[in-house]
Amino acid sequence: MDRLFECVNCKLNLCQYLFFHRQEILKWNGWGYSDTRFLFNKKGQAEFTGKRYRLSGMIIPALQNWFEGTFGASVQHKSPAMPILTSSAVQPPTLNEAFVDELKSTGIPCSHDAEDRVFRGHGHCLHEVFALREGKVGRVPDIVVWPNCHNDVVKIVELACKHNVCLIPYGGGTSVSSALECPPEETRCIVSLDTSQMNRILWIDEKNLTAHVEAGIVGQELERLLNESGYCTGHEPDSMEFSSLGGWVATRASGMKKNIYGNIEDLVVHVKMVTPQGVIEKGCQCPRMSTGPDIHHFIMGSEGTLGVVTEVTMKIRPMPEYQKYGSVVFPNFEQGVACLREVAKQRCAPASIRLMDNEQFKFGHALKPQVSSIFTSFLDGLKKFYITKFKGFDPDRLCVATLLFEGDREKVLQHEKQVYDIAAKFGGLAAGEDNGQRGYMLTFVIAYLRDLGMDYYVIGESFETSVPWDRVLDICRNVKARIIQECKDKGVQFSPLSTCRVTQTYDAGACVYFYFAFNYRGLSDPVHVYEQVEHAAREEILANGGSLSHHHGVGKLRKEWMRETISDVGMGMLKSVKNYVDPKNIFGNRNLI
Amino acid sequence: CGSLSKDPMLKKRDDFEDILEERRNSSDLKYALRCYTPVLYKGVTPCTSSMLKSMVLQSDQLHYVINQVSKETGKATDDIKEEASAILEEMAQCLQLSTVRFFAFTLSKAFKTLFRSICVNEDGIQRLQQAIQEHPVVLLPSHRSYMDFLLMSYILYTYDVALPVIAAGMDFMGMKFVGEMLRMSGAFFIRRSFGGDKLYWALFSEYVKTMLKNGFAPVEFFLEGTRSRTSKSLTPKLGLLNIVMDPFLKGEVFDVNVVPVSISYERVLEETLYARELLGIPKPKESTSGLFKARKILSEDYGSIHVYFGQPVSVRSLAQGKVNRCQFNLVPRHIPRRPSEDIASFVNDSAYRLVRAQEENMVLKPWVLVASLLLQYHHQNQAAGQKRGIALGELTAQAVWLRDLSRQYGAFLHWPDHIPPSEVVSSSLTLHRGLYVYTLKQHKELLSQAVILLSCASYRNQALHVFVRPALLALAIHTASSNQKQEVFNSFSFLRNMFSNEFILCPGATVQDFEEACYLLVKTGALQFTQQEVLVTERGHRTLAFLSTMLDPFLQGYQVKETLCNGCVMFCVQKGGCVHNSIQRSREHLRIGLKYMEVLSSDLQKNSLAALLRLGAVRKMKG
Repeated sequence: MDRLFECVNCKLNLCQYLFFHRQEILKWNGWGYSDTRFLFNKKGQAEFTGKRYRLSGMIIPALQNWFEGTFGASVQHKSPAMPILTSSAVQPPTLNEAFVDELKSTGIPCSHDAEDRVFRGHGHCLHEVFALREGKVGRVPDIVVWPNCHNDVVKIVELACKHNVCLIPYGGGTSVSSALECPPEETRCIVSLDTSQMNRILWIDEKNLTAHVEAGIVGQELERLLNESGYCTGHEPDSMEFSSLGGWVATRASGMKKNIYGNIEDLVVHVKMVTPQGVIEKGCQCPRMSTGPDIHHFIMGSEGTLGVVTEVTMKIRPMPEYQKYGSVVFPNFEQGVACLREVAKQRCAPASIRLMDNEQFKFGHALKPQVSSIFTSFLDGLKKFYITKFKGFDPDRLCVATLLFEGDREKVLQHEKQVYDIAAKFGGLAAGEDNGQRGYMLTFVIAYLRDLGMDYYVIGESFETSVPWDRVLDICRNVKARIIQECKDKGVQFSPLSTCRVTQTYDAGACVYFYFAFNYRGLSDPVHVYEQVEHAAREEILANGGSLSHHHGVGKLRKEWMRETISDVGMGMLKSVKNYVDPKNIFGNRNLI
Repeated sequence: CGSLSKDPMLKKRDDFEDILEERRNSSDLKYALRCYTPVLYKGVTPCTSSMLKSMVLQSDQLHYVINQVSKETGKATDDIKEEASAILEEMAQCLQLSTVRFFAFTLSKAFKTLFRSICVNEDGIQRLQQAIQEHPVVLLPSHRSYMDFLLMSYILYTYDVALPVIAAGMDFMGMKFVGEMLRMSGAFFIRRSFGGDKLYWALFSEYVKTMLKNGFAPVEFFLEGTRSRTSKSLTPKLGLLNIVMDPFLKGEVFDVNVVPVSISYERVLEETLYARELLGIPKPKESTSGLFKARKILSEDYGSIHVYFGQPVSVRSLAQGKVNRCQFNLVPRHIPRRPSEDIASFVNDSAYRLVRAQEENMVLKPWVLVASLLLQYHHQNQAAGQKRGIALGELTAQAVWLRDLSRQYGAFLHWPDHIPPSEVVSSSLTLHRGLYVYTLKQHKELLSQAVILLSCASYRNQALHVFVRPALLALAIHTASSNQKQEVFNSFSFLRNMFSNEFILCPGATVQDFEEACYLLVKTGALQFTQQEVLVTERGHRTLAFLSTMLDPFLQGYQVKETLCNGCVMFCVQKGGCVHNSIQRSREHLRIGLKYMEVLSSDLQKNSLAALLRLGAVRKMKG
C-alpha cells in the first residue's frame, strides 16, 4: 500500500520508543518526530529533514516565496524556540504520599521526572505549543503512570478513588481542545495515566471481521499490525501517526476514509471503560441492539471525564486491493461545492473527497518538491497553460478537489469514471493523481509547517465544523471573512492566511476545515490576539448554523458554548451521568461540561 | 442612537465640491457620452436584468411560496408561476446605460437653469466606492423631492460610481413613457400596499435580495417611504430595511453596508405644493402632462443643493450583540417567517439611527434660522394684535445669536462667515421673496396665509432635529411642577413620549436624549444643575424661551386634538374620516382665535391622532 507517511522504523514497535521517554524521538515543544522538520537552508530554500515521509530530504523551492508573500514574513526575521527545557521552570510535584506508596507496591511503573510530566501536560493547541517554545510551563501532572493492561488500570482507578487524587488519561497527546491541560484550580495530586503500554492486538476474529485491541495503541501501529494479517480498520484521522485508539473513542474521532469505513462510532463494536463506579461494558458483541440508549454513546465523546477506555473491539476489513488518487480542478469554489453536493446526493463519494479553496490550492502548490527533470517541469507548465489560458480558469479563483479511491481495481476505475462524469457537469477538469496526492500530504505535514511558521513570527491553527449542505458556501465565506476582519480589528499588521476545505461529505451536510495563520510581528501579546480571533471565528461558525465541533471535541477550549449546543436539559443529562459515575470527580480534567 | 459623539461641536464633516461648475465649463454632450467604468463589488457575478428575473423565479423561496399559494387557493402551480412572472415583469428595472446617458445630458441642462450649485462631499463618494467593492451596498437618501433619485443617479454617474437600482412607488408607472424611462435608469416599481399578498411579497423581497446579494448594483430606497411634505424627517418605514438586512442576518452575505445620504435643498421644487397638500388639497396625480406643465418652475431660482454621503454603516456591527443569528439554524432559510421580536426591534432601532444619521448631515442655510425667527416673531405679533414688520437690523442680530447657538448644538450650518451677517440675511430673504413678503402685508385670505405660513414652517422644521432634544427639556422645565431633577425628567419623558410620532426620537433612548439635552444646555450656560435641582441661568432665559416657543405650535396642535377628541363625536369614526372631520373642526377653532395655523397641517393632525391612539387617550373602533 502506498502510504504517505511510511514509517522508516516500521519494523520496530514504535511503542517501545514511546515507553517512558517519548521525548527522545518526539519533539517536546512542537509537532511530531524530532528528526523531522521544515527549515529554510542557507540558500533560503525550504527543506524537509529526516527520512520518514515521502517529502523527507527534499528541497521545496516554491515554499519560501509563498511563505514570504502570504504572510509578509521574511526568512531573515527569526523567532527561535528555547532549545531545551529548564527543569527549574517546572513546579515541583504535589505528591499524595499514601497514593504513591500504594502505587509503587503494585509494581506499575510511574515517574515524577519533570520532562515526563511536562510532556503529558499539554496537547497541540497553539497557546500550549507557543508557551513551551518560550520555555513557559504551567500546571502539569504531578506523576505519570504507565499501566500495562486493563487490570492495571482497574487498580490505579481504585487507588485514585481511595486516596482522592485526580486522574487524567493520556493517549497520543494530539488533543487540540485544551483537553490535556491540567485545571489550574485543581489542588489534589494530578496523575497522568499514560495508556501507551497497552498497545497489543489481543485477538482477531476473522469470522466476524473484528479485532479486540488495547486502547493505548497508536493509529499507524494498529494499521501496521493488522496489515500483517491482511486487514485494516480504515480509520485514518490526520493525526493517526500519533493518536491512540482510546483517544479516538473518547473524542468521537473521524477518519479521512469514513465514506467506506465509517467514523469511530460506526467502527466500534464493543468498549470496555474503567470508571470510579467500576467497569462499564456490554454483555455481547452484537452489531446492533434495541436496549435503550446505547451506553457506548456515554463513552464516546466523554473526553476522559468518566473513566479510561482500556479495550475496544473494532470492525476490520480485508486490505483494499487497489488505491488511486485523483483530482479535479473547478473554475471556482461554488461549482466545486455544488459538485460535492451532487456526489453526496448520489451517494457515490469515493473513500475520500475533499475540496480545497483557492488559497489552500496555492498553499498545496507551494509544497511541490523540486522536479528532477526538465520534462516534468515542461509538462507542469503545459498543464497550467491548458487550465488557465485554454479553459479560461482564473488562477485566483479556481479550486481543486482531491480524491482517493479504494477497492477492487475494476470497481475503482468504474467509480472513478462516475465521479469524473459528475464533476464535468460542474465544469470540473480532471487534474491528475499528483495533485490529489499532494493535497493529502498537506494534511500530514501541516503541523510541521506550523512549527516552521513559529520560527518566523507566524502563528496559526486549524479548526473544524460540520454544517448542512445549504449553508456550506455561506459558512466558508463568512468565517474566512470574519477571520480577516478580526485580525484587522485586533491590530494584526499583515493580512492573515484564511483558508478552508470541505473535507468530508455526508447525506445531510459536510465537514469544513479551516486553516488560519498570521504574522504577529509588532503585536505584544500574539497568543491573546490569536485566541480572540479564534473565538470570534467560532461564534461566526455557530451563527451560520455550524456545529461546535465535527471531530476535534470540546475539551476546555469550547466548553462555553456547550449549553447552547445541547440545551439545558442536555447539559443536565450529561451532568447527572457524571455525578453518578464519578461523584468525587476523580477524572477531573474538567473537559466538556 | 448612541453613535453621535458626545460633543456635537466636535463633529467632523467633509468639504463640498460643486459638480455643476464643471458642467458650466465643458460640453454636456461629451459628459453624457464619456467612458463610464464604475468599480464593482468584488464578489459580483455578472448578470443581466433578465437573468436576475429568472434567478428570482427559480429561487427556493419562490418555489416554496408558489406551492403554498397553490395549496391554499387550489390554483395550478403553473398558473401561479405565470402570475409571478407577470408581476416581476411589472416590477423589474432594466437599467440601461443609454438611458442614463440621456438623463445625464438633459438633467445637466435642467440643473444648470434651476440651481446655483449642486455640492457633493467627495470624501463621502470615495468611502462609498470603497464600500461598494467590499460588501453589497444600500443607499438611503433622505426624501424631500421627486428630484431625489434622479439627482442621486446623476451624481453617481458623474463620479463613476456604480449606478443604483431604486425602489419607486407604483405611482410613477402611471406616467406613460416617463415610467419606462425611469425603469431604464434603474427604478423598479412596487405597489404601495400589498397587505397579505404572499406571492407579491415573496417576489418583491426575493427580487431585492437577489440584486443585493449578487452585488448587481447598490440598492437605493427611501427609509421615510414617501417625500416629507414638512421637511421634518418622517418615521421610518421598515419593510425594505427588513428585506435588505435579511441576507446578512441569515448569513447569505458577510455584511451589508448601509450609506445614509442627506440631500438638502435650499428651496424645494415642490415647496408650495406641499403646503397645499398639508391643508387638504389633494396632490396632483403623477402624469406626463403634469410634468410638462410643471416646467414653468424652470424659470425660478432654487438656490443650491447639498448632497452629503454619510459614513457607511455596517449592518454586521449594528447587529453585534443585538440579534442572535442562530435563530435561523433550525428552519430552512427559504421558508418565509415573521421576524422574531429581537429582529423586529433591531430593525426598528437601526431605522431610527439611520434617519438620525441623515438628519445629522443635512445642511442648513441661513434662511432656515431666519424663517424660524420670523415665524416666532409673527406669532408674538399676532398674539399682541400688532401688525408690523421687523427691522432688518434686529432680525440680523437675532439671526447671529441663533447662528451661534445652533453651531454649539452641532448643526451643519452653511453660513458664509466672510460676508457681513446683514448681507447673508438679506440675500436669503431675496431667494425666498415669495414667503416673507407675507409678514409685511397681512391682508390675504386665510388659505393663502396658511400656505405661506406652512411653507415657512417647513424651513424651520429643517432645523428641528438640532433643537428638538434641548427644546423638549426647555418645555419640560416650563411645565414641570417644580425644579426637582426627577420632576423635570418625568415631564421630559412624558413630552418625549407624546411627540415620538412627530420627531425622530430613537425608541428606548429617553435617558440618553435627556442627558444629551442637559449636556447642551449646561455647556451653553443656559442651565445649572445642583444636587437635586435644575436652575435656569440669567442668560439662559432667552435660549429656553426660544426653544420652547419652537415647539409651541406642535404642543398646541396636540392640545387641540385632545380637546377635539374629548368634546366631539368620536365614538364611531374611522381614522381617515376622523382626520377629515377634525380638519373642519380645527377650522372652526381657528375662527375662535387659534394661535398657530400650523395646527391645520394634516401631517400634524395625523401624528397627534396616532400619538393619542398610542397613549390610549383615544380608541379606534370599526364602523
